[in-house]
Amino acid sequence: MAKVTIDGRVIEVPDGITILQAARMIGPEVAPPTMCYHSKLKTSGGYCRTCLVEVTKSSEKDPRPMPKLVASCRTDVMDGMEVGNLSSPKVIEARKSVVEFLLLNHPLDCPICDQAGECHLQDLSYEHGSSKTRTDFERRTFEKISIGEKIQLHMTRCILCYRCVKVAEQITDGRVHGVINRGDHSEISTYIEQAIDNDFSGNMIDVCPVGALTDKTFRFKSRVWFTKPVLAHRNCEKCSGNVNLWFKGDEVLRVTGRKDQWGEVEEFICNTCRYDKKATSDWTVEGPSPVNRHSVISANHYEVFTKPTEFKLNDVKPLSIQEGDKS
Amino acid sequence: MSDIKFSEDTLAAANKIIARYPEGKHKSALIPLLHLAQAEFDGWLSLAAMDYVASLLNIQSIEAYEVASFYSMFNLNPVGKCLIEVCRTSSCWLRGANEIIEHIEKKYGIKEGETTADGMFTLKTVECLGSCGTAPMMMVGAQFHENLSYEKVDSILENCQSDNKRKTYLDKVVINQY
Amino acid sequence: MGKKILLAHDHVPGIQGYEVYRQNGGYASVEKAVKSMSAEALVEEVKKSGLRGRGGAGFPTGNKWNFLAKPEGVARYLVCNADESEPGTFKDRYLMSRIPHILVEGMITSSFALGVNTAYIYIRGEYYYIVSILEKAIEEAYANGWLGKNILGSGYNLDLYLHVGAGAYICGEETALLESLEGKRGNPRIKPPFPAIAGLYGCPTVVNNVETLAAVPFIVNNGGEAYAQIGIGKSAGTKLISASGHINKPGVYEIEMGITVEDFIYSDEYCGGILNGKKLKAVVAGGSSVPILPADKILTTPSGEKRLMSYESLADGGFASGTMLGSGGFIVMDETTSIVENLFTFARFYHHESCGQCSPCREGTAWMEKILHKMIDGHGTIEDVDLLWEIQAKIEGNTICPLGDAAAWPVASAIRHFRSEFEEYVRNPNSIKVVRHYDSTQNLVNA
Ligand SMILES: Cc1cc2nc3c(=O)[nH]c(=O)nc-3n(C[C@H](O)[C@H](O)[C@H](O)COP(=O)(O)O)c2cc1C
Ligand code: SF4
Ligand code: SF4
Ligand code: FES
Ligand code: FES
Repeated sequence: MAKVTIDGRVIEVPDGITILQAARMIGPEVAPPTMCYHSKLKTSGGYCRTCLVEVTKSSEKDPRPMPKLVASCRTDVMDGMEVGNLSSPKVIEARKSVVEFLLLNHPLDCPICDQAGECHLQDLSYEHGSSKTRTDFERRTFEKISIGEKIQLHMTRCILCYRCVKVAEQITDGRVHGVINRGDHSEISTYIEQAIDNDFSGNMIDVCPVGALTDKTFRFKSRVWFTKPVLAHRNCEKCSGNVNLWFKGDEVLRVTGRKDQWGEVEEFICNTCRYDKKATSDWTVEGPSPVNRHSVISANHYEVFTKPTEFKLNDVKPLSIQEGDKS
Repeated sequence: MSDIKFSEDTLAAANKIIARYPEGKHKSALIPLLHLAQAEFDGWLSLAAMDYVASLLNIQSIEAYEVASFYSMFNLNPVGKCLIEVCRTSSCWLRGANEIIEHIEKKYGIKEGETTADGMFTLKTVECLGSCGTAPMMMVGAQFHENLSYEKVDSILENCQSDNKRKTYLDKVVINQY
Repeated sequence: MGKKILLAHDHVPGIQGYEVYRQNGGYASVEKAVKSMSAEALVEEVKKSGLRGRGGAGFPTGNKWNFLAKPEGVARYLVCNADESEPGTFKDRYLMSRIPHILVEGMITSSFALGVNTAYIYIRGEYYYIVSILEKAIEEAYANGWLGKNILGSGYNLDLYLHVGAGAYICGEETALLESLEGKRGNPRIKPPFPAIAGLYGCPTVVNNVETLAAVPFIVNNGGEAYAQIGIGKSAGTKLISASGHINKPGVYEIEMGITVEDFIYSDEYCGGILNGKKLKAVVAGGSSVPILPADKILTTPSGEKRLMSYESLADGGFASGTMLGSGGFIVMDETTSIVENLFTFARFYHHESCGQCSPCREGTAWMEKILHKMIDGHGTIEDVDLLWEIQAKIEGNTICPLGDAAAWPVASAIRHFRSEFEEYVRNPNSIKVVRHYDSTQNLVNA
C-alpha cells in the first residue's frame, strides 16, 4: 500500500498504480484531465500532457520534489508521495499551455462537428484554457477521408492521442491504419485509402476524444444533446452486447460503447452491435444512461455550462463558439 | 507493379541483415531493408516497394509506411537520378549554405524540392550532416562533398550529369578527407 | 600540447587498418580484460576513471553500467549511439572513419564488462560510407579472434553488428534509438522503465556514445586512476571538440579538459582565431541544444575568471550566464552574424526533427519556427519576441523527452542575451538586407 496526498487529500492505494488512478479514486475534484490516456488500452497516455501534475515530494524514502512536472497517467505512486494538481500554479499554467498547443491547429469547427457536446477537447479548453488565440498562421488542413463505409476521418481535428492506433493494435486482428509522417506533419492514415474492415474497428470512434473519427451511419445530423442515451443490451456472440443507445424520439440514431465517468469506454463492442442493430426491438433497454461528466449532454445547451468552482482562471469562455466561424 | 522483387544478390544481403537480429525480432531489419529497396527500385519507395519489404518481414504494410514516412532519407515520391542534399543548418549557413542553394537553384532552374525536367537532379535541403567543420557541404548519393565553392559545385554536378548514373546511399564512395 | 587519448595515433599512416592499429597497442585492453579481469573489476575501473557520457548529458558511465539489471537467463545488450546529429557535432564521424578499431575495441571490452553477448552500433543513415569502414574493421576483428565465439580462449562470446538509421535526429535520444533499432518509428519511450531495466527488446540495455566507448580501452590499459588524473576535477579525461563556424581552423580537436575557452578559440593549436581577423560575437559551445553565449560571457565566468573547457566551468552561472559542454559541438560566430537568423536555422531544425508524439513539442517547435520565419521575412513585431519567449517556456520541462528542452533553450538564451538585436530586427526590417551575416560569396568563389 502507498499513502498518497493529492491537493491535500490523502488516500491509501495499492502499489503500482499511477497518480492519475489514485486521483480518480479520490474523485473528480482532484482528478487531472486526460486526453490520450484510456484505462482499457495498454501503453496509452503520456502524449498529450494535459494530465501533468507537480510532485512536491517524491516519496517517504526520498522526499525531494521531482524536478519537472510529470504525466500523472504514466507515473506510478510511491508511499508518501505528495502531488499538486489544481493546487499547483505551475500545473495550472502548464495545462493552459497544453490547451493552447492542442488548439493551435484545431479547426474550431465545433458548430459543424458531430462530436460537439461530447468532445473532450471542448471540455478541456473550457475548463483549463485561456480565451485568447495568439496565432494568425494558417492551420494545418487535411481532406476528410472515408475509412471504409462506416468511419469518417477528419484529420484536421485529430490531436494525435494514439488511442485509435492502440485500439487497432490491441483489440482488432490486424492494424491497417497508423501514424504516418513526423512531427507536426504526423497524421492518422491508412496511407492508401484502405477500409478498416474488422469486427471491432468501430471502437476507434468511441475512443477518439475529438471529432476526428466519426460514425458515418449516424447520419441523421443531430446534435448529441438532442439525443437521449439509454443503457441497453442484447445477446451477442462477439461482444458483451452492453451498449448505449442514442434515441431521438423512438428512433435509434446511434449505438456506442458505454463510457465510464471519465468518458472512457467500459467494454468494447463489435461492429454488428454498433452498425447493424438499429431497431429498438434488437435491444433490451435497461434505463437512462448516467451522464455525469459536466458536459453539454447533461447541460443541453452551451450557456448552461457552469464554471466548476475549483478553476480560478480568468475570463473563461467556451472557445469553440465565438471563434468557430474561422473555417 | 508486380515486378518489384529484389535481385538475388540483394535478397542474399537482406537475409544476411535479418540474421543480425534475435529470433522473432526480424522487424528490426525494416529500416536496412527499406534502404536496400530504395537503392534498388529507382531511388524511391513506391507502395509496391514498401509492401514487398513488409511481405519479406511478414509484417503489416502499414508498419512499413509508418516507418518509411518517419525517416527523412526515404523518398516517398520519385526523385532525379542525383538527389542533391544541401545542409542548411547553422554551421553551414554561417559559411554560405544559402548561397550554395541559390546557386544550384539558378543553375538548374529548379527550386528546393523540385526535379529538373530531364529527371537528372532533385534538390533537397537537409539538416546537419555532421560536416560542419568543412562547411558548406552537400551530399549526392552516399558521397559527402565538403568545403564547397561555386566552382566545386559546378564541377561535381557536371560530372554527375556526364556520368548519367543513379546515385544511391549504398554506393561505394571515395573517402578523401576523413 | 595536451594529452591525447583517442586521437593519439590519428596521424599514423594506415591506422584505419587492423595491422597498424594492432602494432600501436590496439586490442590490448581486450586481452587484459578477458584474460585477467573480472567484469566487476572492469566496471570499478570505469567508475574510478570519472568518465562521463560524451553523448551530451555527461552522466557518469560507471554508474550507468552499475545500474544495468542482470536477471538470470535474460539477454543484455550494449548499443553504441553513433547517430550523431546534433548540429555542430562531427567528432564521432571523425573518430569512426579515422580509427574505426578504437570503437570496436572499446565495445568488446565494455561488452565483456557488462556481460553482454550481442552488441549493436546504431549509426545514422547519412554516414553510410562509414558503414563500410566499420564493417571492414568488424570483419578484421572477427578474423583475428577478437569477436565471435570463445574470444581468446576465455569462453566469452560476443557478436557485434551494425545497424543504420535513415535520417532522424531524434533517434539519438536513447529510447528513440532503441525503438528505431526494433524497426519502428523513432518515438522516444516514456520513462520509466529506463533502458538499464528494459531496453532493447525489453531486455536490460546500456546505450553509450561512440566517444565514451572509445575511451574505455585507455581506462582498462592504464587504470581508472590514470584517466582521472587527466582533465580537471569532475571533468576527467579528454574531450573531442568539433569546432566550426567563423574560425580559421575548423575541425575535430582532442582537448584535455580544463584548457581555457580563450585558448581554444585563439591559439594556433586549436581554432586559430576568428576568420578574416573579425571580432568574436557569440559561441554555441556544446551543440545546437545548449544556450548561446555572447563573447564576454563565453570567455569569462560570472566571477570574472577565465572560463574553461569543462562541464563545470561552462555551466558556471547557470542559465543566466552559463551554458553546457553538451556534445562538444563548438560553433563560433563573428561580429557580422545575425543572431536572429542563426536562431531561425535552429528553430527550423527542431521543428523538422520533432517526432510529434507530445503536443508541446510538436506544436510549439512549429510555432516558433513560423514566428522566426515571419521575422526574417520582415514582418515581425515586438510582441512576437515576447511570444517566442513564452512559447519556449511552455515547452520546456513539459515534454516526453529532452528534445523539447533542447528546442527551447536556444530560443531562450538568444533572447536573454541578444534581446536588443531582436527588437532592432523587428523594428527595422529594412536594415536586415544590409547587415548580411557573412560575406560568404567572396569566400565561395575563392575557396
Ligand atoms: C534529442 C536528443 C538527441 C540526442 N542525440 C544524441 C546523439 O546523436 N549521439 C549521442 O551519443 N547521444 C545523443 N543523445 C543522448 C542520448 O540520449 C544518450 O544520453 C547517450 O547516447 C548516452 O550515452 P553516453 O552516456 O555515453 O553519453 C541525444 C539525446 C537527446 C535528448
Ligand atoms: S483520430 Fe482521434 S483517436 Fe485517433 S489519434 Fe486522432 S484524436 Fe486520437
Ligand atoms: S519532446 Fe518532441 S521529440 Fe521528444 S517525444 Fe515529445 S514530440 Fe517527440
Ligand atoms: S492523459 Fe496523461 S499525457 Fe495525455
Ligand atoms: S551544419 Fe551543415 S553539416 Fe553540420
